Amino acid sequence: MSAPQGGPLPGPGEPGSEAPGGKRRPHGMLKLYYGLPDPAGEARGGLAPGGDPGGPTDINGAHFDPEVFLTKLRKECSLTQLMDCETDMVKQIRALDSDMQTLVYENYNKFISATDTIRKMKNDFKKMEDEMDCLAANMSVITEFSACISSTLQDQHEQITKLSGVHTLLRKLQFLFELPARLTKCVELEAYGQAVRYYSKARSILHQYQHMPSFQGIQDDCQKIMANLAQKLREKFRDGGSGAKDLAECVELLLQLDEPAEELCDEFLSHARCRLEAELEALEAELGKPCGAPVTDILEFIDRGCNIFVSNMCLVIASYQELFVSREGVQGITRMAQDKLVAFVNSLMETYFSLVERRIQLEKGVGDNSLLVRALDRFHRRLQALAKLLPASNVAAEGTEIVVRAAKERIRQYLLALQSFYQDCLTDVRQSLAAPRLAGKESPNLAELLGTISASVLNQIKSVLTYVHLFTAKDITFSNKPYFKGEFCSQGVREGLIVGFIKSICQTARQFCETTGDKGGSTPPALLLLLSRLCLDYETSTISYILTLTDEQFLVQDHSPITPVTSLCAEAREAAQRLLNHYVKVQGLIISQMLRKSVETRDWVNTIEPRNVRAVMKRVVEDTTSIDVQVGLLYEEGVRKAQSSDSSKRTFSVYSSSRQQSRYAPSYTPSAPLDTNLLSNIQKLFSERIDIFSPVEFNKVSVLTGIIKISLKTFLECVRLRTFGRYGLQQIQVDCYYLQLYLWRFVCDENLVHFLLDEIVGSTAHRCPDPVPMEQSVIEVICERG
Amino acid sequence: ARALTPQIAETDAIRFLIGTQSLKYDNQIHIIDFDDENNIINKNVLIHQVGEIWHISASPADKGVLATCYNKTSDSKVMTCAAVWRMPKELESGSHESPDDSSSNTQTLELLCHLDNTAHGNMACVIWEPMGDGKKLISLADNHLLLWDLQESSSNAVLSNSAALEGKGQLKFTSGRWSPHHNCTQVTTANDTAIRGWDTRSMRQIYYIENAHGQLVRDLDFNPNKQYYLASCGDDCKVKFWDTRNVTEPVKTLEEHSHWVWNVRYNHSHDQLVLSGSSDSRIILSNMVSISSEPFGHLVDDDELSDQEDHHQEEKTKEPLQDSIIATYEEHEDSVYAVEWSSADPWLFASLSYDGRLVINRVPRALKYHILL
Repeated sequence: MSAPQGGPLPGPGEPGSEAPGGKRRPHGMLKLYYGLPDPAGEARGGLAPGGDPGGPTDINGAHFDPEVFLTKLRKECSLTQLMDCETDMVKQIRALDSDMQTLVYENYNKFISATDTIRKMKNDFKKMEDEMDCLAANMSVITEFSACISSTLQDQHEQITKLSGVHTLLRKLQFLFELPARLTKCVELEAYGQAVRYYSKARSILHQYQHMPSFQGIQDDCQKIMANLAQKLREKFRDGGSGAKDLAECVELLLQLDEPAEELCDEFLSHARCRLEAELEALEAELGKPCGAPVTDILEFIDRGCNIFVSNMCLVIASYQELFVSREGVQGITRMAQDKLVAFVNSLMETYFSLVERRIQLEKGVGDNSLLVRALDRFHRRLQALAKLLPASNVAAEGTEIVVRAAKERIRQYLLALQSFYQDCLTDVRQSLAAPRLAGKESPNLAELLGTISASVLNQIKSVLTYVHLFTAKDITFSNKPYFKGEFCSQGVREGLIVGFIKSICQTARQFCETTGDKGGSTPPALLLLLSRLCLDYETSTISYILTLTDEQFLVQDHSPITPVTSLCAEAREAAQRLLNHYVKVQGLIISQMLRKSVETRDWVNTIEPRNVRAVMKRVVEDTTSIDVQVGLLYEEGVRKAQSSDSSKRTFSVYSSSRQQSRYAPSYTPSAPLDTNLLSNIQKLFSERIDIFSPVEFNKVSVLTGIIKISLKTFLECVRLRTFGRYGLQQIQVDCYYLQLYLWRFVCDENLVHFLLDEIVGSTAHRCPDPVPMEQSVIEVICERG
Repeated sequence: ARALTPQIAETDAIRFLIGTQSLKYDNQIHIIDFDDENNIINKNVLIHQVGEIWHISASPADKGVLATCYNKTSDSKVMTCAAVWRMPKELESGSHESPDDSSSNTQTLELLCHLDNTAHGNMACVIWEPMGDGKKLISLADNHLLLWDLQESSSNAVLSNSAALEGKGQLKFTSGRWSPHHNCTQVTTANDTAIRGWDTRSMRQIYYIENAHGQLVRDLDFNPNKQYYLASCGDDCKVKFWDTRNVTEPVKTLEEHSHWVWNVRYNHSHDQLVLSGSSDSRIILSNMVSISSEPFGHLVDDDELSDQEDHHQEEKTKEPLQDSIIATYEEHEDSVYAVEWSSADPWLFASLSYDGRLVINRVPRALKYHILL
């Protein structure tokens, strides 16, 4: 509503002016206005029901059809409505009439003033026409005069032209005659450029008129001089003392003298080659002897290479292109010249590249490589410039290739360095495990060692990552090459370096397990334990930490397959498990060996009555305790089955009286000679099967259980191979009770120990032709004394 | 009980000989007949009075002849001796008694001869020449390898040759096998962690596998079909397969047991089947196809494969034959010290554990048909 109000229309508040005001406007405006819901519109709406704008019933529309409108009204409206409509319409008609009258009045005045203006214009035009006629007459007079003058001057003009022609001819002739003298003078003054210019001006004329003897002479002279000149130029050219710019000048002059371009190209290039090769040789000298250390550091080397060799190369290329390639000569020459240049550049750059590569290979130090990266960057940057000069050459690609190779080589070296660092760490640990038995009272603290080794390895990895990261720094030109964006990060750094290193750690771990299968091997068990913990730590946290670090530093955009963290973790865990199993095995074997020797070497039939626990058993307990301490440093306690602190004695009494007796019992009764073990068999049915060399869990109790299981099972098998006398049996009883007293606390399920010890005593009794067990009280006394 | 052997000369009935080990009673040799059709076990008992039996072996030529190693305890000294015995005639070829006759009118073995070991120490085992006429024996006594000739219908044993292990420390043979190849001129022995091969003609060492196992080597067996292949087992829980021409590395290693492996045996006719018994009281039957004499994998050339789909299908079904564990038998409750294949039925084997339990098992039927067809 606001738009029409603000417009030139009368306000809708005055219904009187409403209809005429709307009438004067174009149809479109009216339609727009009455299309809006206002009181006036509604009144209209009554007149044109169904509002058919533009249709035959729209009284304001262009297609208004009175017949249709009438019929429609008659059909749709009641009488009163018709009446209203009629009055309304009459009112409107009247309004329209009055409007028309005002319009007529308004326009009449305008019409009169327009008539006046036209009349005035007519008078003015007449005056103008007269003046124009006069002007035309004057112009024709002037034309006549001018024609007259030019005809008189015609003859003189022709003469002047002729004279001037003769003059120039004469000048030219004079120039020609003077030419040899001038040329000699120029040559004397070493103004070769001037001479060439003169000669090239005269050459065509001389050539044209060479049939005339006088010109012939001049031409001969000139040619002689010019040949001389060319000779001199060439000498200068070959001389090589002059700089590139002089050289270029020479070439230009020679070219103007129509010397064969190809030859010149060759000469130019060979000359340039001489100089560049000299530079290369200087570079090579800087490289030092093949085995000796390089004289200068790599940045300096590359710098020098860039500043001297590459910039000269650029100069050569630029001048060459200016001289030979960009001339508007024959296409063939340009192409030929270009080809020659490319070949030339490629061959020289190849030598240069090989030098650079040799230098890069000398760069073996695995410390900070910022120098190398900067050198490579500079190298790459300069090559870009060169490549821009000569797009046809493949120097840029080869340069990038060299950088990529260098980077790969670097990664490989870092991997090797990491591995050797790791090995060194291991050696250190080995030494510190072996050495300080005498120095300190305590054996070296495994936890500390573990801390040092893992921290130092981690630090080393981090520093290597920073070094490698330099390759992808923003300000390095080659860092946005696709290789460095993608493959370098994912395949090179992540896979090649980090994953490779982690895998090699696991690999080393596995090797420890495999190689030491024979006779104990040389690996100290403590190292196995330490490595196992290390691998486990890697599995739980370190691997994911390192990989996250890597992924963060090297935003890996490449979508090539990468090793997932989980598989690495699994590998590490497996390695840890194997190491721990191996540790258990090795320790178990050490103790087993002691037990076995003790059983095998003794004459059990003829032993004396036991008075003491055998020293071996004490040794076993001692060793077990020290292993317990060792493992406790690195692994958590672990769960054991609930037990009371006093349990050993109680269980043992059961075992030694009722259970043991029951096991012997059948042996005394001769009636069932073949079913001797029935009872024990039934017992076994209810006890669980024991896996001796089974994998252990990552906790102390499990490890210790494994070791003890192995030891006791060996004890059992050895006992079964021997025959015992009465006292032999009693000795075993004493030993077992002693073990019982001390070993239960190490294992997760003391019943296991009981069961195995039970079995040992039982088997011993079997292997004894005269089984008289010792009194339990006596055993206890002996053990407590021992 | 530790001693078990198939009656090798018997090829019709499934029969095993078992020696008992008891310090307190008369030891016995049990002759176990297994009636495959009726699933019935028959037992005959022979008294073996001289001592507990540590090792038993049956003559390959004469059903009635067997050798034992036994412990003799006298004057508080334990000595392991060896002797050759003959069982009563009527027991030679199976039982004639009803199984319920438990009164067991036990009969005694007839001593044929004694293998005199007074000079050599404890007998670890006695091995018969596998292909011969049952006249040659080898016994291992401490560090001696003794070759015996039985003369005068086995009533006299003459020491015909011997060799001794020399080295620092107390070297002791633990077990040995006589190779059925090379005209029975090779014997392999185990001592500590090493395996040695001997030539019986010169009694010289022909090969030496140092540190064959991480710990004691417990048993050996020859592949019956591939002359250079040898299986060994030991205290490091492993079963290893060797090619005696290249003894630096085992051909294959199995690590399935969780305790010492006491026994390893090739099947006599299908050498991919290998049994091993261990003191973890398990018996493991493995299928070592890749190192057996059986054709394995692809017999059909590639081009033939491509032109006929039927062939292709057949090949497919054969291919999954890979080295694998066929079965683990856990019937025993105690350490298993002996496993043996039956000499009569190649699909049947017996195992013996410390508590005296004898278990007879069959190769799974599916595998049997797979191998046969």
